[in-house]
Amino acid sequence: MATKEYAGKMLELDADGNLKNLNDWNEDIAKAIASEEGIVSLTERHWAVINYMRKEFIEKKDAPSIRKLSKESGVDTKELYALFPNGPAKKAAKISGLPKPKGCV
Amino acid sequence: MKNLLILGAGTAGTMMLNKFNSSLNKSEWNITIVDQYETHYYQPGFLFIPFGIYSESDVVKPKKDFFPQGVNVIKAGIDKIEPKANKVKLQNGNELSYDYLIIATGSKIAPTETEGLKGELWYKNIFDFYTIEGALALSNFLKTWQGGKLVINITEMPIKCPVAPLEFAFLADSFFTEKNLRNKVEITYVTPLSGAFTKPKASLLLGNFLERKNIKLVSDFSIAKVDNENKKIISWDEREVDFDLLVTIPTNKGDDAIERSGMGDELNFIPTNKQTLIADGYENIFVIGDATNLPSSKAGSVAHFQADILFKNFVSVMKGEAPSEKFDGHANCFIETGFGKGILIDFNYETEPLPGKFPLPLVGPFSLLEETKMNHYGKMMFKWFYWNILLKGTELPMKSHMSMAGKKL
Repeated sequence: MATKEYAGKMLELDADGNLKNLNDWNEDIAKAIASEEGIVSLTERHWAVINYMRKEFIEKKDAPSIRKLSKESGVDTKELYALFPNGPAKKAAKISGLPKPKGCV
Repeated sequence: MKNLLILGAGTAGTMMLNKFNSSLNKSEWNITIVDQYETHYYQPGFLFIPFGIYSESDVVKPKKDFFPQGVNVIKAGIDKIEPKANKVKLQNGNELSYDYLIIATGSKIAPTETEGLKGELWYKNIFDFYTIEGALALSNFLKTWQGGKLVINITEMPIKCPVAPLEFAFLADSFFTEKNLRNKVEITYVTPLSGAFTKPKASLLLGNFLERKNIKLVSDFSIAKVDNENKKIISWDEREVDFDLLVTIPTNKGDDAIERSGMGDELNFIPTNKQTLIADGYENIFVIGDATNLPSSKAGSVAHFQADILFKNFVSVMKGEAPSEKFDGHANCFIETGFGKGILIDFNYETEPLPGKFPLPLVGPFSLLEETKMNHYGKMMFKWFYWNILLKGTELPMKSHMSMAGKKL
């Protein structure tokens, strides 16, 4: 099982490189993953998305799609791409300590 | 008397109607089906229309040809379902009540979801092939087109028949080669996925096919808008792809009636138990085919495999037992690869498409994940099966659950 150090803790990762355990996550870890993904600082808008994603995942057991994010998080698609470049749903899920969205088949 | 109500007489609804009609006791059951349209389309055939392989007459038949005698057929639009009251309101003002409801309202394209897609170039240089209108308009366009940049673009997932856009690309390569135009046509396949297809092994194989056929792949591209003036598609992260001819697979959505009923997700697909096919939160409502939010392909073969499971679970629920049959996500797709050949893939929720023989181990006659002429014949024969056997709810010589027999790991 792959592990990686974030914010001073050794954490287990899944096959996609996302955190394996939802409860390992905290805000410092989110910042560390974000900086690894090229996002230097997490703004209030980033946190709005991250908090929405974690809430959704805990309720629905699946990370939301971009369409759902833009409809329900209060952040539209254009801004989502600006906040989390190159695939907002995937990237925001990773920073939020969630598995990659199942999305499509 | 108990009322069984089926909403939608497409592939899934018609199959269920025939299955129930031949199995339920008529002295105990009233069976009713509702659909607003009179024509049944063989949707897998739309793919062949732009290239002149099929004409309209290959893909249309009256829906009534597939309705058994003794069932109530209501031609009306659906206003909304009131699941707590066990009622359905129709657009003609009538109201139907049910004991059990089967929702088979399908999915359809929604081009207005993308800015500029249904703009001034719609059906001039931009076409879909997921509707009869789009397929016919594209067929006309291709009769005289002298070449340029052909862009095939998937707007977002999920879409009906996820392999159809790839088949379109392969058939276009074959079509323009036979017309001696291939050197004048640049084909680009633009997808929001990270590769040619969703499943790793098939994606790799199909990606190789694209390369071999000189079809350019642009991946991770989520379209934000169409620039009609400059003939470009532009992604949310501001990448651009020029086109002379855009073949789009627009956003797919469930029926508007599902939204009006408050029963759908953000795309109007109905949250459904992926194994039992019972609508989340309602024990007397089953959902089948494209209308569900299941993580299985939206395709006729999937609806067919679901039909057997749904039927058995319906019988259990009716007897007051727990639904015991579990849908495994089984899908089986012939993929046209052009020049009279095809590939066959067979997979489910857990197992991605694997190589081997199908349906009989070692014998076939079809080869999985391999390009053969026989697979192409299979695809062409399927139209006959569809009209004559599948819609009538007759069993095909195929199991509902995916089998590992004949597959190579």
